[in-house]
Parts: sequence; structure tokens; C-alpha cells
Amino acid sequence: MHNEYIPFLSEIKEVIKHTSIEYTFRMTYEGKEVKPGQFFEVSIPKFGEAPISVSGISEGILDFTIRKVGKVTDEIFERYVGDKLFLRGPYGNGFDVNDYKNSELVVIAGGTGLSPVRGVVEYFSEHPQEVKGMTLVAGFKTPKDILFIEDFSRWKKNMEVILTVDCAEDDSACRIGLVTEFIPQLKLKDIKEAKAIVVGPPMMMHFTTQGLLKEGFREENIWISQERKMCCGIGKCGHCKIDDTYVCLDGPVFNYTKGRNLID
Amino acid sequence: MGYNLEKASMNDIFKTWSEEYAIYAPKCLVGKGAFSDTDSVRYSEIQDIEEIEFDKKSDFSFKEILTPISQTLFYFTEEEIKEAEVPKKGAIIFLRSCDLHAVKRLDEIYLKNGFEDYYYKRIREKVKFILMGCAYSYENCFCVSMGTNQIDSYDAAIEPYKKGYRIDNKLPAWEEVFSEHCEKELEVTPSYVTENIVKVNVPEGITLDIVKSEMWNEYDSRCINCGRCNFVCPTCTCFTMQDVFYTDNGKVGERRRVAASCMVDGYTDVAGGGAYRKKNGQRMRFKVLHKVYDYKKRFGYHMCVGCGRCDDVCPEYISFSNCINKLEGAMAEVKKNA
Ligand SMILES: Cc1cc2nc3c(=O)[nH]c(=O)nc-3n(C[C@H](O)[C@H](O)[C@H](O)COP(=O)(O)OP(=O)(O)OC[C@H]3O[C@@H](n4cnc5c(N)ncnc54)[C@H](O)[C@@H]3O)c2cc1C
Ligand code: SF4
Ligand code: SF4
Ligand code: FES
Repeated sequence: MHNEYIPFLSEIKEVIKHTSIEYTFRMTYEGKEVKPGQFFEVSIPKFGEAPISVSGISEGILDFTIRKVGKVTDEIFERYVGDKLFLRGPYGNGFDVNDYKNSELVVIAGGTGLSPVRGVVEYFSEHPQEVKGMTLVAGFKTPKDILFIEDFSRWKKNMEVILTVDCAEDDSACRIGLVTEFIPQLKLKDIKEAKAIVVGPPMMMHFTTQGLLKEGFREENIWISQERKMCCGIGKCGHCKIDDTYVCLDGPVFNYTKGRNLID
Repeated sequence: MGYNLEKASMNDIFKTWSEEYAIYAPKCLVGKGAFSDTDSVRYSEIQDIEEIEFDKKSDFSFKEILTPISQTLFYFTEEEIKEAEVPKKGAIIFLRSCDLHAVKRLDEIYLKNGFEDYYYKRIREKVKFILMGCAYSYENCFCVSMGTNQIDSYDAAIEPYKKGYRIDNKLPAWEEVFSEHCEKELEVTPSYVTENIVKVNVPEGITLDIVKSEMWNEYDSRCINCGRCNFVCPTCTCFTMQDVFYTDNGKVGERRRVAASCMVDGYTDVAGGGAYRKKNGQRMRFKVLHKVYDYKKRFGYHMCVGCGRCDDVCPEYISFSNCINKLEGAMAEVKKNA
């Protein structure tokens, strides 16, 4: 009988500081195959567990990009290279890159929403021939809040990148404006067949999907990723349930035809 | 096989069982009721068959034996984890038909629904169920409407009969002990009720539009989100994780899970102050639809078993069964306004 609640130790190999409250922890990992959009319960005994998405997947390594917001995440930020964290997972369905192959793909991410979808962006950046076209629209509050800044220059080589901030003082490398403002400007050959992934805070996802639908995207071609309170990640604790859906099992990635019916 | 047994013989059997099992049954606790001067019937471990309360409904269900209110998952030091031990003995649980139907709901969540729950399974594997027949219906019960008034999947069934008991046994391993101790062997069919005073009608064709109904608003102020309705419900399974450490040695502690309620503040809280269903009426909606609508969409049968305990316990006299009976009107209302 397998005990899914017992976490395993994982060593911090590297800490990448994006902003003062957002770091990527590069952790050792050996286990089941992991997909972008899946998550782990990351924990420190005494402080508790927190569901965190994988933001990068490579041989023997998983990245977790964590925002320091409370009990568990504050304590994680006290840890450094060589220290260990407890993990259990992977949980959730994650993104299936096959859903987007041979299509024009638009990824729209707000803030930390970029981390669950980063694996998908990486995949098509490495395999640009597998999509008909790719655009990444990433929005952050201010230039100081930008995550994965060094990735953007690399991604730019293989895809259209729109990096935008809500407001900025200087005219830095990015544009100014909410991600939604860039939807009408998307250059797509066939909007009816194009596919989109939208990840970010609830309001951002709401207005972005509305914007995409208005431009002619089909509902079944849009995917979103949801966050809810989660205590177990494995369909037991009930906290993440919406209607007959368990976000931890059936999500957190949902096709919009399903995602739009999730009324808390 | 059915048997007639005397009290003394039953207690002899209890002695044999107690080597392998702890025996749990509803027991009357005088003066411990939800309202003043009332008694409370709760599950406890018993040694003597006369401790069992056969004439009243239990205020709390058996579920805490399978899913303890607070359950230690493991003990930890900073880098080491030690799994909590399993109770050595198995359990024999005396319970009524509605509650045995509820076991199926607990199994559905804990043994299926994505992953198997290690801690539930290791207790569940060693549990035997003895059905207590219902000669009559109790206050607020609506098992007949929910189709949970009768059940065959017990290990044994029991009913007081004259000065002793009647037993129907289905467990081959118990045949010997019963036939050794019985007065006589006979056919026994456990009694069950065929009618309750309270009846509910779960309408067909509920849609999510029902969320928009006005009916939920009534509970915004009536319900005080105390969560008692969830804690007494034999089918509620939610929990929250909790890390605790022992103060005399800050490095050592344990991770537990504790019973949670979707009616109580904090259930949906996420970091940064976000929360869903802030109004109590919306929590009521979430609970009611789970019990008689969305659970069925996922698993094929209703979650609520009609035990009526939530109605019995509510300090605000909110009736869940009444609420179910308003669903049909609520659907009509939202269709009209659509
Ligand atoms: C599927 C999923 C993926 C996530 N991915 C990331 C990520 O990649 N990076 C990141 O920084 N954050 C992510 N979050 C949010 C992160 O889980 C919370 O910020 C974290 O739980 C806060 O814990 P805390 O103890 O530091 O905060 P506190 O405010 O002290 O505690 C918050 C409490 O809420 C619980 N909780 C459960 N689910 C959530 C949730 N969704 N949001 C907030 N609190 C929650 C925590 O376990 C804790 O008990 C994700 C959440 C989910 C559900
Ligand atoms: S319905 Fe009654 S028992 Fe349930 S939370 Fe509200 S007041 Fe408490
Ligand atoms: S919802 Fe109420 S009536 Fe239904 S099983 Fe739970 S406690 Fe019993
Ligand atoms: S997180 Fe516990 S059921 Fe989904």
C-alpha cells in the first residue's frame, strides 16, 4: 500500500532571484515524469505544505517559482542552496503539449501565472517547427516584477514575444498596458483554428478569455489554469472542489468549455 | 444464518471479539445533548451489550472511527519522517442502515476518487459492520426518500428481541461463535422503516443556474456558519492539514489532518486574503448542491443518506430537508427569470 502523504526530501541546487518576493528554487528530483502545469505539495515540517507549480523541468531537476506570501512560503525563503525541502507529487493534470502541436498558439500570462505555463513555452521554443506560429504575451505590474527576464531574450528568437507592464517610469524594453490590450493586435492567420493558454489572477483570466472570444477564438481552443485552496492535492480534503470538479485531480488546467462552468 | 441469543451470551461473544476488535456503538450520555437538559447519543467503545442505545438515533455518526476528527499522519524532525502507527485492533461498528450506506460514500472518496488514502484504508480493512435494525423512524429522518432505509451489505444484523437479541449473520468466520452461544437458529430479517414523516423530493433536471436563485439569501443571516451540520454528517469527509510541534523541543512535531467544514470561515481562504463564498447562503448552496446534486453527477448516486442529523443539530433550526424541498421552486424561479 502506498502512502501518498509521506513527502520526500529534495535538495536546493540553485536559487534564482527574480524580484524581492519571487524566487525560483531549483530542486533535485527523481521520480515520475512531470508535465508543465502540474504541481507539488512543497513543505517544511512545523510550517506546513503549499501547492506550487513546476516552472521548469529538466534532467533530475525541477524548478519551483515561489512567491513569498505567508507561513510556508516565508519559511521557504529562509532556505538556501544545500538546504532541503520536502516534496510530494506530481499532482494535477498539467498541460499536454500535443493539444497545441501544428496550431498557431498564443500564451497569455499574468504575473506568477507564467510559471505553470513556462514549460510549454520552453517546449515550443526548443521545437519551433512543431507549431504553426507562437506568440507569448506576458504581463507584469512594473518592470521590477518581471519574472524569467533572461528567458525572454532567448524566447524572442523563436516566437513573437510581447512583454508588457501595467505601468513603468522609464521606457524599458517592455511595452506598457494590460495584456488584454494586445489581444486585438495579435497577428494570426486563422483565428478560428488558433489556440490559446491563459494563466494568471482570476480577473486577468476572465477579461483575457472574454477578449479572445470577442476576437473570434473558439471556446474549445482556449485553456486556463485555476488555483484554489488545496490541502491534499489528491482528491480527499475537499477544499478545491467546485461543482463536481476537483481542481487538484481534474485540473488545474481546464479547457475553457469546462472551465467557464466552474462556479465556486 | 439467523440466531436468538441471550444478553449474557452476547457479552461472552463480545469477550471473544475483544481480543481482535474494539467494539463501537452508540451510547447514551446523560445531559450531554446539544440543547440544555437533553442527552446525547454518541459513539464510544463498549464492553457490554447493554451499553448500546437501541431506542434512539445517535446524534453523531460512526464516521470518527474511520476518519478521526484529528488524525496524526506522521511525526517529523527536521529531516526525518516517521509514519504514525495503525491501531492494532480492528473495529466492530454497530450502526443503522443510513450509516452503512454512508460508508459507501466514505469509501468512494477515500479509496477511489483519484488516489487511495493510506490512513483510511488501513483502518477500513479491519472493520466489521453490525447493522442495527430500525423498527420505527426517528425525528427528521428521510431515509426512505433517499433510498437508504434498507441494506444487505452488513456483516451481521442485530435487534433486541424480548430479553435477548436476534442476529442475522453473514460472516462465515462468525458462524461458529454464534451457533455455539445461541438459544436457537432461525430466519432473521432485520427490520427497516418504509415510511418517514419527513419526505424530500430531489427534482430532476437541476442545472447550475440554481446558484442564481433567491432561495439562498434566506440563509445569509439565519445560518451562523458554525459547521455543526457538517461535523455530524456521516458523509462529510473534508479535512485540513495541520503541522504541530511540541514546545519542549521545537524541532520535533507531527503533521495531522483535522475535520473541516465548508460552512466555517477559512474553508476557501487562499494566501493574500482571497476567499470564495463569503456569504453563509452561498455556503449553504455549496453544501446542499453537493449532497443532492453534484456528488451524483460525479459518482452516480446521491451523497446525502437522509439521516436527518444536520436538522437535529442546527442551533438555528435550519432544516436541510426543507431546503431540498425548495429546490424545485428555485429551478422554476431561475427559469422564469432567464
Ligand atoms: C495548483 C496551484 C499551483 C500554485 N502554484 C504556485 C506557484 O507556482 N508559485 C507560488 O508562489 N504560488 C503558487 N500557488 C499558490 C500557493 O500555493 C500559495 O501562495 C501558498 O499556499 C501560500 O502558503 P503560505 O503558507 O505561504 O501562505 P499563508 O497565507 O500563510 O497560508 C495560506 C494557506 O492557504 C493554503 N493554500 C492552499 N491553496 C492555496 C492557494 N491556491 N493559494 C493560497 N493559499 C493556498 C496554504 O496551504 C495555507 O494553509 C499555487 C496554488 C495552487 C492551488
Ligand atoms: S446550517 Fe445550522 S448547523 Fe449548519 S452551519 Fe448553519 S447554523 Fe450551523
Ligand atoms: S446532509 Fe444531513 S441528512 Fe444528509 S447525510 Fe448529512 S447529516 Fe444526514
Ligand atoms: S486539494 Fe484536497 S481535494 Fe483537491
